[in-house]
Amino acid sequence: MNVNDDTARSHLDRSNLDRSNLDLETPEKPYLDANELIINMGPQHPATHGVLRVILKLDGEKVLGTECVIGYLHRGVEKIAENRTYTMFNPYVDRMDYVAAVSNGLGYCEAVEKLMNVEAPARAKYIRVILTELNRVASHQLWLGTHALDIGAMTPLFYTFRDREEILKIFERYCGARLTTHAFRIGGCQYETYAGFEKDVKNFLTFVAPKIDEYEELLTTNRIWLERTKHVGVISGADCVALGVTGPVLRASGVQWDLRKAQPYAAYSDFDFEIPIGENGDTYDRYLVRMQEMRQSLRIVEQAVNAIPEGPIMAKVPKVIKPPVGEIYHSIEAPKGELGYFIVSDGSTQPYRLRVRPPSFVNLQALDIMVRGALVADVIAVIGTLDIVLGEVDR
Amino acid sequence: MAEEVKSPAPLPPPDGEKKPTAEKPAAAAPAAPAKPAAPAKPAGPVPVPWTSPMVEKYRNQYGSGLDAQTYLGQNYLSVDRSLIPDILRLLRDQEQFDYCVDITAVHYPKREKQFDVVWILYSFPRNERVRVQTQIADGDPISSCVSIWAAANWLEREVYDMFGIRFEGHPDLKRILLPDGWKGYPLRKDYGILQQDKEWVQINLGIESGQ
Repeated sequence: MNVNDDTARSHLDRSNLDRSNLDLETPEKPYLDANELIINMGPQHPATHGVLRVILKLDGEKVLGTECVIGYLHRGVEKIAENRTYTMFNPYVDRMDYVAAVSNGLGYCEAVEKLMNVEAPARAKYIRVILTELNRVASHQLWLGTHALDIGAMTPLFYTFRDREEILKIFERYCGARLTTHAFRIGGCQYETYAGFEKDVKNFLTFVAPKIDEYEELLTTNRIWLERTKHVGVISGADCVALGVTGPVLRASGVQWDLRKAQPYAAYSDFDFEIPIGENGDTYDRYLVRMQEMRQSLRIVEQAVNAIPEGPIMAKVPKVIKPPVGEIYHSIEAPKGELGYFIVSDGSTQPYRLRVRPPSFVNLQALDIMVRGALVADVIAVIGTLDIVLGEVDR
Repeated sequence: MAEEVKSPAPLPPPDGEKKPTAEKPAAAAPAAPAKPAAPAKPAGPVPVPWTSPMVEKYRNQYGSGLDAQTYLGQNYLSVDRSLIPDILRLLRDQEQFDYCVDITAVHYPKREKQFDVVWILYSFPRNERVRVQTQIADGDPISSCVSIWAAANWLEREVYDMFGIRFEGHPDLKRILLPDGWKGYPLRKDYGILQQDKEWVQINLGIESGQ
């Protein structure tokens, strides 16, 4: 066919088309303009780790500002607490940060114990430390898998979930539940360790130590990982303090502060461990800090499991728990940061007021300053690196 | 130890004060042995006066508007509402309480000043915690401390959302966990546990009830 033949191209000629029904005026604005664009992300978005909705104000691909819309998972846990006895409320705390349920339980039980002025026996404290630290490893593993998946590395997800399974098996054998464990009771522990508990824990330690190296092999020097995490979501130590950000995010910004050392609770003063810190406060440093934290947790577990004292696992607490009139604030170092409970007792069997100070909620506030000026894809990385659990943000 | 259920009097820490109703701790104030200062809210069995150079300084400065006590090893300041902005700023600027851990409130509906607002502060350099609390009446505004600690932003919004306490000077005081159009403040004691804003649920969710 001759391309110059007009008849051959006649089907491209649209001059005789009826255009009366089309609005083909020249647009007032250029097609690609520099206006701000407001887009919505979530709440049903796999990278928001739950039901977080973020409204992004963009200039092209640059983030000018964000606003978080939260509350989609709000269940009114604090209201429920006022209508349950201290004992009945215990399982509810597991449903806040459900990937670190053991930590939640530890914080709650210790807070009520403090209010009642009782102390858990030494053996219970050691069991608590072992399970809490195992849970910290599990929480960090889940964080690593999902965070890496968000950024585009798929393999770590399978590795971390495979290995996290071993921790959940120990939980299951200990208390019958894998996720929302309800492992502790006010005054100590409900269950004695099962036969073979120590062996299981020791086996896990030897099993998982090389696995953490394996995760690092995949990521620490991976060029794509470095590109996606270095200098992304930078936050300074001073900003962290002003915003109340705690946990690995604070430590990665160079502030060496960990409640397990600063105000030791349970049996943490008995163990030798370090607080890993970062320098730059970027996503990569937060990754390194959490990797080191897993190793430190294993160190703590190893010391604890080798030195579990004999003795009772339950302090002398009344069957019906009625703390005296008073107020208490007690906080622990949860995997995500400072988890606090402020309890007001009126002397009855139910808390008059129970306030949870959730680390995820407060840390999420830092999202805005961490992503300003970054790219849209970095928002995903920063949400991942903040390690939020929406069950705890919304309560 | 089931006998404790029946008789509340012989509790292990003998506090001596029996409270007719939980909602009225102010009524029990004269019974508190250590502190005759009236506006203080007795927090438990034996809250002992908290003495430290910092407290002495403030006590001289503010007199009866401020009361410092320790309960179970935890220090707290009960402060008059008008002094709150000054005290909070002094605690941050002069006493190095650089970390605002939490802001929350407690509702005592039978009291004249219905709400306790509580600030939980921590100092990194001193490794020390302090709670500041004040009493306000329903509808009274309280000054925002977002300019002191940026962390207060969401925490104050949550207190507003749950209790309806307005923070003056807050940059963006609106509901945070509940939807914007929701009516009522769920953590008030007069808000039932099964209560909900039915109208909102029907309009926005298209269902009869959220229960």
